[in-house]
Amino acid sequence: MTDLVIIGGGPAGMSAAVAAYESGIKDILILERDSSLGGILQQCIHNGFGLHKFKEELTGPEYAWKYEKRVRELNIPFKLNTMVLDISKDKVITATNEDEGIIKIEAKAIILAMGCRERPKGALNIAGTRPAGIFSAGTAQKFVNMKGYMPGKEVVILGSGDIGLIMARRMTLEGARVKAVCELMPYSGGLARNIQQCLNDFDIPLKLSHTVVEIHGKERLEGVTIAKVDENRRPIEETKEFIKCDTLLLSVGLIPENELTLSAGIGLDRITNGAKVDQGRQTEIEGIFACGNVLHVHDLVDFVSEEAEIAGISAADYILGKSKEKVNVTLKTDGKIRYTVPQIITENKDCKVYFRVADVYKNCKVKVLKDGEEVYSKKKVKVAPGEMETVTVTKDMILGAKELEFMLEV
Amino acid sequence: MKKCFTCIVCPLGCDLEVTLENDKVVSVTGNTCPRGKVYAETECTSPTRTITSTIKCEDGSLVCVKTDRPIAKDKIFECMKIINAKKACLPINIGDVIIEDVFGANIVATSNAK
Repeated sequence: MTDLVIIGGGPAGMSAAVAAYESGIKDILILERDSSLGGILQQCIHNGFGLHKFKEELTGPEYAWKYEKRVRELNIPFKLNTMVLDISKDKVITATNEDEGIIKIEAKAIILAMGCRERPKGALNIAGTRPAGIFSAGTAQKFVNMKGYMPGKEVVILGSGDIGLIMARRMTLEGARVKAVCELMPYSGGLARNIQQCLNDFDIPLKLSHTVVEIHGKERLEGVTIAKVDENRRPIEETKEFIKCDTLLLSVGLIPENELTLSAGIGLDRITNGAKVDQGRQTEIEGIFACGNVLHVHDLVDFVSEEAEIAGISAADYILGKSKEKVNVTLKTDGKIRYTVPQIITENKDCKVYFRVADVYKNCKVKVLKDGEEVYSKKKVKVAPGEMETVTVTKDMILGAKELEFMLEV
Repeated sequence: MKKCFTCIVCPLGCDLEVTLENDKVVSVTGNTCPRGKVYAETECTSPTRTITSTIKCEDGSLVCVKTDRPIAKDKIFECMKIINAKKACLPINIGDVIIEDVFGANIVATSNAK
């Protein structure tokens, strides 16, 4: 029996491991399917990580190394090249690697930290042929930054998520010509700073309310047809435009990787596509916790680390059997606020609630209603779906409440 | 004259408005922190950027690198040429200087390689 098994050795898994260790749990095992710790940060060679957490600007590998160094200093065991196949309700993990074959590990507690993957081309329904030259932005990032291969010379990017923006700059620096970034929505899903430093700096046009409607080419991509979309996101025929290119990168969203969560019988939140959790990031099954991008997709790794620490500490508390002042408060949203994490509060202490809005709203108020009565209100100049917001719910707000509703007054 | 742009110092991405008189910055608004003001002033007079990339090692693997301070924005592509012409010797630890003094910055490793 192992006290705590953590699935995934990326920023969430490592941060959770360190936090659990520092909270008194020494018997920890991290399972990582890649050949090194660090997760997706290893291929995110650009800077901009760590400003919240470390008050300095780091690249992805540097940020990951800060945690890997700590994991190594504390001698927290980890298995690399190890793929978890299944988790059961009673916390038995089935995993496999080349050296040990199939292994079964019983755990007192489990932290799910598997991260997320990119939405693939198949999810988009683009008409036309299926030539070579179409990559998800993250795949292209791995080719360029870790393997040293350039996916192509003339590039169109669909989707203005941060990975797409970062790759627009990266491909440009390595000599490619990025002809356009098309975004279906009337606003970008990426950070404003990335539009500035990745697109504007290199005069790459950002075409809002545009999408790719057709793919051309037989063996290799020869071009794409793009079009403006109307308010119902339907392409407008007369705005169709052909762009010659040999590469199409897709940066069209991320999906939490929850196959293992489902195999354990844990229900998912319809909006986040991650588990429903309480303030300690405990799922429906006692002793199984989730954090990082497997729980809900984050914009900043700093917030992933922060959330993973919460999960690490509560997993430690659970293993040590620490008692808590119990409550049962459901968090609701009004639709303009799409979701909250956590979705339920079960302990009476101050709790930072993360949430995302459904659209861009200006000069609005974030409000919290306790069983219908306003207990919190804060003005916001601008909120956008691409930027996660937080409200700290205090003990007073939680005490005696059945339901806290998070709403946006526009 | 007024100039508007997005601050790139941190993920907040503040909308900055800079008032210039005779090419000199007289006021900056829209910034949330003092770093935004400094950024606005440099951006109007001599814009700079930190460059991140990779360098080939002698065994064909890649090591990640960055300029240890921002360099002039108009030197970005020349800097990339110098980076791409280099072959690095192993082993490399994070922080090692791989190329000295490229437009006033050192190119340092941001990943380890054995």
